[in-house]
Amino acid sequence: MLKTFAKGGIYPPENKLSAKSGIRDLPLPKAVTIPLSQHLGSPSKPVVEAGEHVKTGQLIAKSEGYVSSNIHSSVSGKITKIDAFIDSSGYKRKAILVNVEDDQWLEDIIRSKEVVREFSLSSEEIINKIIEAGIVGLGGATFPTHVKLNIPRGKKTEYLIVNGIECEPYLTADHALMLEHGEELMVGVQLLKKALKVEKALIGIENNKADAISHIAALAKKYEGIDVYALKVKYPQGGEKQLIKALLDREVPSGGLPIDIGVVAFNVGTTLAVYEAVQKNKPLFERIVTLTGKSVKNPSNFRVRIGTPVSLLIEEAGGLPCDTGKIVYGGPMMGKALNDLSVPVTKGCAGILILPETESLRKKIEPCIRCSRCVSVCPMGLEPYLLMGLSQKNLYERLESDKVLDCIECGSCSYICPSNRPLLDYIRLGKAAVSKIIRPTK
Amino acid sequence: MNKLLAISQSPHISGNYSIRKLMLGVIIALVPAFITSLVFYGIGVIIVTAISVLSCVLFELLIQKFILKTEVRITDCSAVVTGLLLAFNLPSNIPWWIIITGSLVAIGIGKMTFGGLGNNPFNPALVGRVFLLISFPTAMTVFPKAAGWGTPYLIPADKLDAYTGATPLNLIKEGIKSGKSIAELMNINNLNYSDMFFGNIGGSLGEIAAFALLIGFAYLLIRRIITWHIPASVIGSVFVFTGLLWIFSEEGHNILSGALHLNLPVIQFKDVNEEIKVFHMADPVFHILTGGLMLGAIYMATDYATSPMTGRGMIIYGTGIGVIVVLIRVFGSYPEGVAFAILIMNGFVPLINRYIKPKRFG
Repeated sequence: MLKTFAKGGIYPPENKLSAKSGIRDLPLPKAVTIPLSQHLGSPSKPVVEAGEHVKTGQLIAKSEGYVSSNIHSSVSGKITKIDAFIDSSGYKRKAILVNVEDDQWLEDIIRSKEVVREFSLSSEEIINKIIEAGIVGLGGATFPTHVKLNIPRGKKTEYLIVNGIECEPYLTADHALMLEHGEELMVGVQLLKKALKVEKALIGIENNKADAISHIAALAKKYEGIDVYALKVKYPQGGEKQLIKALLDREVPSGGLPIDIGVVAFNVGTTLAVYEAVQKNKPLFERIVTLTGKSVKNPSNFRVRIGTPVSLLIEEAGGLPCDTGKIVYGGPMMGKALNDLSVPVTKGCAGILILPETESLRKKIEPCIRCSRCVSVCPMGLEPYLLMGLSQKNLYERLESDKVLDCIECGSCSYICPSNRPLLDYIRLGKAAVSKIIRPTK
Repeated sequence: MNKLLAISQSPHISGNYSIRKLMLGVIIALVPAFITSLVFYGIGVIIVTAISVLSCVLFELLIQKFILKTEVRITDCSAVVTGLLLAFNLPSNIPWWIIITGSLVAIGIGKMTFGGLGNNPFNPALVGRVFLLISFPTAMTVFPKAAGWGTPYLIPADKLDAYTGATPLNLIKEGIKSGKSIAELMNINNLNYSDMFFGNIGGSLGEIAAFALLIGFAYLLIRRIITWHIPASVIGSVFVFTGLLWIFSEEGHNILSGALHLNLPVIQFKDVNEEIKVFHMADPVFHILTGGLMLGAIYMATDYATSPMTGRGMIIYGTGIGVIVVLIRVFGSYPEGVAFAILIMNGFVPLINRYIKPKRFG
């Protein structure tokens, strides 16, 4: 019996169309749009000006405050403007536009593919390099990595968890990464272990990636203190709390962080970025992105420079299918629908999903029949039907006492609802209203 | 690109579920019981079911179209399920106009007055059934005997004895009053467990065959239309509660003292004439095989709108139903109490939902 998390969860069709396609380098675009807010926290502050020439990997925006991140140019060329552009949120946000001239990398970045295994850096030095390289959580939450590595006083870290679950249907970026960069991943895990001063690392991979499991497990044998676990396929196992529950049977307390129960978790993509930053001096300016969809000609995994417009990925995968109805930035369960194809790929983008017209529109909303499916699939043990009702009636106190803030927005409730009710939409509204009351923003 | 893209919040995919599919699942699950009933009760089964289903759907249509002037939603098949369940709660020889009255009460009062599907606090089919039971006690309690396919629909007055009889629960309840033991009563009335399991007994149209209802239960579980919580807790609590009482009855005492050499006391009580009587009671297996227990536990108590939302809530609700069923059957004046028990516990559902929360993560 394979491990999985105990409560709730759904089994959407996996549709991992690009699982066998490997990773291809996407050609450089003519221009990149690098948003200043690609991470959770305050937007970075530009340190370059329009007209300046930058090299690939050069710092172009500095982190602004503790929970923020450095941003580097992903190409070499001339900065044309620093202005507001539409990003994946659908809003105009500040970004740096770079006209691509060529691809000159900063001199101290080691470009050879050779795996560098040895390191002699201390914990602090590793963390400093991670801060410099602007690494954020690449699983999608884009939380600055160094903040997680800085263990608050009084807390003890027992385990490092590396998340290779990729429970979102369609997406295969992490899968491809594990297959092609397994060696580097192992060094990344060692670096993170050193940074956190822990002895044990657990890598969780869902059982639908048998090749990745055997590959990573074979590599992990060469290292001490890295255990690889195959987990039963169930969405949302890639959620940090669910993964920790599945691997260690520990529950992150409501409103708490994994560190409260002695765990720190990183995505495999983040781990690879840590390796590249520390061993190759390479800042985070490219990532692996899945471009997929049932009518896409060649569903693929691309190595994409940050700031590349989504349209280029679509072109390289065989063009926009005729029956396109919706373009999702991210996976089908938690991604955002795009209204513009010039939106740039950012650090948090694991995939672009093109849905056909037949799957794009929501179905008709029917009355709630109180079938309790939403309650039984909720991985956080909440009552989505109740939260939706409370949210519609603006009953914020009861929303709070019924733990609306625990919602991880995985979308299982909306997925399972036989009446197609927009449960998560209303829960999001309620959540936003409640957190505004509890934590007023400046 | 000159094409409009759809914009919405996540999730962007949804499971292939609908109310209609769930209702069709319930309908399929009721088919085995329907066929068994047809074999034992004949043509009346088809007539009663058809009238009940058609009138329920028709009343829903008329009410939605002309009284409420809302969208007509009969295609979701929920009225079909109500009609089927109402029919399953009626004797197969009941006159057509009583069925139509029951349908009107079930759909009109039980469902539509509260706002239709999902808003009704009480199970509509049971509201209809209990209304009929109180209004037409004779018609509702003259059950056909399991006389086979040839049974006519409306039984002529001179053949009532040949074609009708009482349910096992009724026979035992009345028999105990005359001071006979259960074994004697089973013998006199030709009752045995295999007939009860396969449906060769008198009763409401859909309640007689435990095995057919259990087949439907398995189907509902496999299709994940219902969970095990409510049926298991209803049947389980009836089994346990009747078992506890049975241990202290004459019958239980005889068996336990014989087999295990346990000498437990037998409950004795004074009747209205101040005579001391010993407590007779049928065993737990009898109680779970007879009456509407299986039908109620599997198909009626599990009605989505009128049952709790959490697993723990469902178990509390189901146990409540089981306990009330036993209280009515053993100590009440009705021989059967499943319909009342479910309706009573339906009333507690909002309270259960309010106080029994799922176990939160963390």
